[in-house]
Amino acid sequence: MLDIKELTVEVEDREILHDINLTIRTGETHVLFGPNGSGKTTLIMTIMGFPKYKVTKGSILFQGKDITGLTLDERARLGIGMSFQRPPVVRGVKTRDMVTACLKGQDGEAVTQMAEKADLADFLERDINYGFSGGELKRSELMQLMAQKPELALLDEPESGVDLVNIVLIGQLINELLEKDCPISMRKCMGLIITHTGHILDYVNARTGYVLCEGRIGCEGDPHEILATIKEKGYGECIRCIIGRRLLR
Amino acid sequence: MHNRTTTSEVDKEKAKAAATKPASFGEDINLEDYVSSAEELPYESDLSQLPPQTKEQMTQVGVVLDGSRQRSGTIIQMDHSVIHSLAQQEGIEVMSTNQALAKHDWLSDYWWQAVAVDADKYTAHVELHQGDGYFIRALPGSKTIYPVQACLYLAKNKLAQNVHNIIIAEENSELHIITGCATSVREEPGLHLGVSEFYVKKGAKIIFTMIHSWTPNIAVRPRSGIIVEEDGLFLSNYVIMKPVKSLQMYPVARCVGKNATVRFNSILVTPPGSTMDVGSKVFLNAEGARTEIISRVITTGGNIIARGYIEGSAPEVKGHLECRGLILQGEGLIHAIPELRGNLAGIDLSHEAAVGKIAEEEVEYLMARGLTRTEATATIIRGFLRVDIEGLPPQLNVELQRAVEASEQDLM
Ligand SMILES: Nc1ncnc2c1ncn2[C@@H]1O[C@H](COP(=O)(O)OP(=O)(O)OP(=O)(O)O)[C@@H](O)[C@H]1O
Ligand SMILES: [Mg+2]
Repeated sequence: MLDIKELTVEVEDREILHDINLTIRTGETHVLFGPNGSGKTTLIMTIMGFPKYKVTKGSILFQGKDITGLTLDERARLGIGMSFQRPPVVRGVKTRDMVTACLKGQDGEAVTQMAEKADLADFLERDINYGFSGGELKRSELMQLMAQKPELALLDEPESGVDLVNIVLIGQLINELLEKDCPISMRKCMGLIITHTGHILDYVNARTGYVLCEGRIGCEGDPHEILATIKEKGYGECIRCIIGRRLLR
Repeated sequence: MHNRTTTSEVDKEKAKAAATKPASFGEDINLEDYVSSAEELPYESDLSQLPPQTKEQMTQVGVVLDGSRQRSGTIIQMDHSVIHSLAQQEGIEVMSTNQALAKHDWLSDYWWQAVAVDADKYTAHVELHQGDGYFIRALPGSKTIYPVQACLYLAKNKLAQNVHNIIIAEENSELHIITGCATSVREEPGLHLGVSEFYVKKGAKIIFTMIHSWTPNIAVRPRSGIIVEEDGLFLSNYVIMKPVKSLQMYPVARCVGKNATVRFNSILVTPPGSTMDVGSKVFLNAEGARTEIISRVITTGGNIIARGYIEGSAPEVKGHLECRGLILQGEGLIHAIPELRGNLAGIDLSHEAAVGKIAEEEVEYLMARGLTRTEATATIIRGFLRVDIEGLPPQLNVELQRAVEASEQDLM
């Protein structure tokens, strides 16, 4: 279980997230919507433990343990993993090295299998992310995550910039990662997915969605319904809703 | 044909005139602080008889001592004596330069032709205080199956070690050479002066890999010149990852024949107290000539000047210079000086240089996959030093990688 309580986060001395509460139970996948700059990536980076994101209030509990003070790599080794919205190029470090690292040192057949699944077999000897197309970046991120087998997968816009053919492959990868075909009681993996388009909803079992606006969680509800509302009315409604609630309090 | 005795008189005169001429770059070394003669050392036909410490130092720079099964030839010079030389393949000559001068009367045609005898006081010193050196030659059409290995070993304290090497790849031949330079001198000063003249004939190929392993009191002044004829290829890999007092070298390659190609790859790691001024210079003087100069430099506290110079003066030539530098600790200095010069339309020269520390974003990316900070940093450094060298045979690549990895622990 992931349990986020009253989480407030600063980046470069600016408060970006305010009082976030969010709970994901084992086997569940939640979806995060919100306009550009609302703090979605910040939330994921904070859960992952990037040092630039400073928790000034609140806590993050993972599998019952308070991880707020743990480092990035400690959290990764506990079973938290993420796919990056914009992963960096690391010259000289091969895609193979990354997958091997994710597999905790396993090389050879296991790496090849992962790469074939993500249709990236020809990319193993290339520098990670160097000259990758938008879609290739997304597949490479998911490939690494699958190799890592996290208990909590944080996916930052896994389908943005992906064409209609590749979205099917991306969908399958996420589907496998989050054990969609497994009954929920037997699933071990939790997911938190950021999406703008909602295309990914066709490939995952997500019952809970949120809208993040100006660093606060607005409505919480069925992600399909939320998406339909956003498509119809835009985010203006959510912002009014948040302001309304703040005034009520 | 020149006559060595008459040309040598001219060379001697020129050398005398240049005996105190400082080099264009690098700290000026007072040659009087060193002795220029060394005792004759006995020939050693069985290399396994060398002292264990010497063997270990030689192994570290890529020399294989166990009967040399993986080598097409071996030559070892200690101080001023060639203590071992053996060619193990038909069509490949390996011997001391003194022997070669006696054997081939035409050798004077190659003597001081790729490097000027009066370039500076160091070249002059090599001419005036002749030690020895290696002569390696592939006969026309011959191709080395395994690399030929050469080792230059400095054993005597305060010695200015003089070496003059001649390397010739005759037409359509292929020569792979691994040269390791090492020393046992620790507390006292030492100086290594190495002149190397390379001749790549029409359609021939030389792949030259040099690994240096000196100590903090040694000054090193290699002087190399390379002449590449039509369709010839010269590929150089240079690795230095151990301390040295002062190293300065700026090998010069001239592409004189159509489509001649030159590639220089250098990997430098400079610890505190070391100064390395290393560059590569290529003249693209013939149509279609090509070059690529790549260097990866890391300072952990020492000073590095990374030079590069490409000059294009013929149609359709192409050259690229790439220097990337990492500063791993506070005090180090990296000064990259890439230079391009073109004097003709239709040439294509470019360069790319970057100096900085390891990007935190990259370290964190790897940490998000579960690597500790130390592991992530090590992986990035290993990647940084891994240059994919086009045209390098896989076996050589493995050996080069091994040499790099052997020194990597020192960096962490
Ligand atoms: N490292 C940083 N330095 C300064 N400001 C930052 C930093 N990271 C995020 N911010 C700011 O925090 C706010 C939230 O950014 P975040 O990346 O979390 O948005 P997002 O919801 O993921 O947006 P998008 O949909 O565009 O990806 C933005 O105003 C952004 O500029
Ligand atoms: Mg974002």
